[in-house]
Amino acid sequence: MRRSLITVALAVALAATCILSLFLGSRPNGITDVAAVLVGNGDDYLTSVVDSRIPRTIMGVIVGAALAVSGTLIQGITRNPLGEPGILGIGVGASASVVTGTAILGALGATSTMVFAMLGAVVAVMIVLGLGGRSQARGVVPLVLAGAVVSAVLYAYINAMVLLKPGVFDSYRFWMVGSLAGVQLEHLTKLFIPLIVGTLLALGVARSMNALALGDETAISLGFNVGRTRLVGIIAAALLAAVATAIAGPISFVGLAVPHIIFALFGEDFRWRIPAAILGGALALVAADILARTLIRPQELMVGIITAFIGAPFLLVAVRRGAVMQ
Amino acid sequence: MTALATGLAATKLSVGYGAQPVLSDLDFTVPEGRFTEVIGPNGCGKSTLVKSLSRVLATQPGMVHFQGTPLQKLRPKHLAQRIALLPQHPVVPEGVTVGGLIARGRYPYHSPLRQWSVDDPAAIEQALEDTGMTAFAQFPVAQLSGGQRQRAWLAMVLAQQTQYVLLDEPTSFLDIAHQIEVLRLCRSITANGRTVLAVLHDLNQAARYADQLVVMHQGRIVAQGAADEILTTQLITEVFGLEAMIGSDPWSGSPMVVPVAD
Repeated sequence: MRRSLITVALAVALAATCILSLFLGSRPNGITDVAAVLVGNGDDYLTSVVDSRIPRTIMGVIVGAALAVSGTLIQGITRNPLGEPGILGIGVGASASVVTGTAILGALGATSTMVFAMLGAVVAVMIVLGLGGRSQARGVVPLVLAGAVVSAVLYAYINAMVLLKPGVFDSYRFWMVGSLAGVQLEHLTKLFIPLIVGTLLALGVARSMNALALGDETAISLGFNVGRTRLVGIIAAALLAAVATAIAGPISFVGLAVPHIIFALFGEDFRWRIPAAILGGALALVAADILARTLIRPQELMVGIITAFIGAPFLLVAVRRGAVMQ
Repeated sequence: MTALATGLAATKLSVGYGAQPVLSDLDFTVPEGRFTEVIGPNGCGKSTLVKSLSRVLATQPGMVHFQGTPLQKLRPKHLAQRIALLPQHPVVPEGVTVGGLIARGRYPYHSPLRQWSVDDPAAIEQALEDTGMTAFAQFPVAQLSGGQRQRAWLAMVLAQQTQYVLLDEPTSFLDIAHQIEVLRLCRSITANGRTVLAVLHDLNQAARYADQLVVMHQGRIVAQGAADEILTTQLITEVFGLEAMIGSDPWSGSPMVVPVAD
């Protein structure tokens, strides 16, 4: 009952935030002016401004939801409260790929950045799984170590490239902070399938995750396939994080903080946590993006900076509440 | 001995971690409808035997059969409705309540599309009652004392409503009153025709509460039967390397092992 109420509250807050996201931007404007645009008779400049806020809001929902679900899955699978999409090497894999593309082709456009990011994220996860995931039965330590190793190597590679050719990487430096500025809805056509598959797998694996949380032996005794649960969960987490990174670059903290806040609100049942993470992640990122657009008007901050600054105190509160609960 | 038509049985069961065999060529049929306790020194393979029988430890095909079929050929869910294991170190997820934990014992009766079964409430209610945990249903498991926590886990295993209940050291870390409570609970489970196989350390408790003892030593079963038939000073010396004499429990008359020479 309590959880249903919180779900409704989250959904209402998300809807309100999305509407607010259409009305607020780096350029101050009156409420009636935007309303006029929305019903189809505003001035041309404002129309184009509001038109750019629509894809930005939709992509914010998708990226935030994907990162939060991905983080929830990874924290559950690794039984590690510090788990987040980054430990699979997704963000750093995407970054390394974008850096490589930039070094070869020069500054990349939005579409090719996205394609390079997606490819890099997928390849990095496959390498991590190949190195550490082969023996599913042996638990998750090899996987986490493989993620750390791959991340370290790729970080070194990225740093080396950026130092060698500093001039080329202006656009990369912006991309790697994570931003929703300039996102295009047509990119969704390329990302739609991994997004839907990842979401369905995540929702489908929730019950098995509940069993896995009791330890491998208990999960097996309850009739669950532990190795398959982990693999499906990791694939779902990887697909979702890769989609998010391809859209907005490696946005930090949403994948770490939102799952903790959702846990504090909803408890440990993954059948609640995963759908709730969709709402919570979307809410967090759209709200952060509104702040990114309005805090230093008429300029904009990158949303990745806001998520880290705003996310930290939220996480602290959630952790402290959790500590009190014990 | 091969391919028994009924029950849970190991045939020529060999398990090893690396080169060292933990179990070698072991034949064992779990006595049905009884409370059997597996005893033996540390590292004798007790836990490994129980894990192999409950398929938590993967064995080579054909070494463990359930009703004549190798475990590997049976659907995991089918087995989970018939054989339950309480491992030695289950993980308590942060924030889970006693009721939430016990409800997970019902998972084998659900499917991805039907995550609820008609028998759930009654089974959960019964498990709470049998373990005396009804008052704690809404409590977070992490807040319970060791004894209460173990009862919560037992309740989860009971809610699984399996014919076979396998327990790996269910009384470790409990005080004496809670140990006895768990043993009594095991006995009452078998009173309903179910089968309990438990790994225990306390010989005297085993002798007093179990229908049957299985004594293991170096990966083999060296004796099996009622306590007063098999517990001898010679066996204790051989298996545990302990000089002891065997008296009788002043209350029940069951054999009681007492160390000597100090």
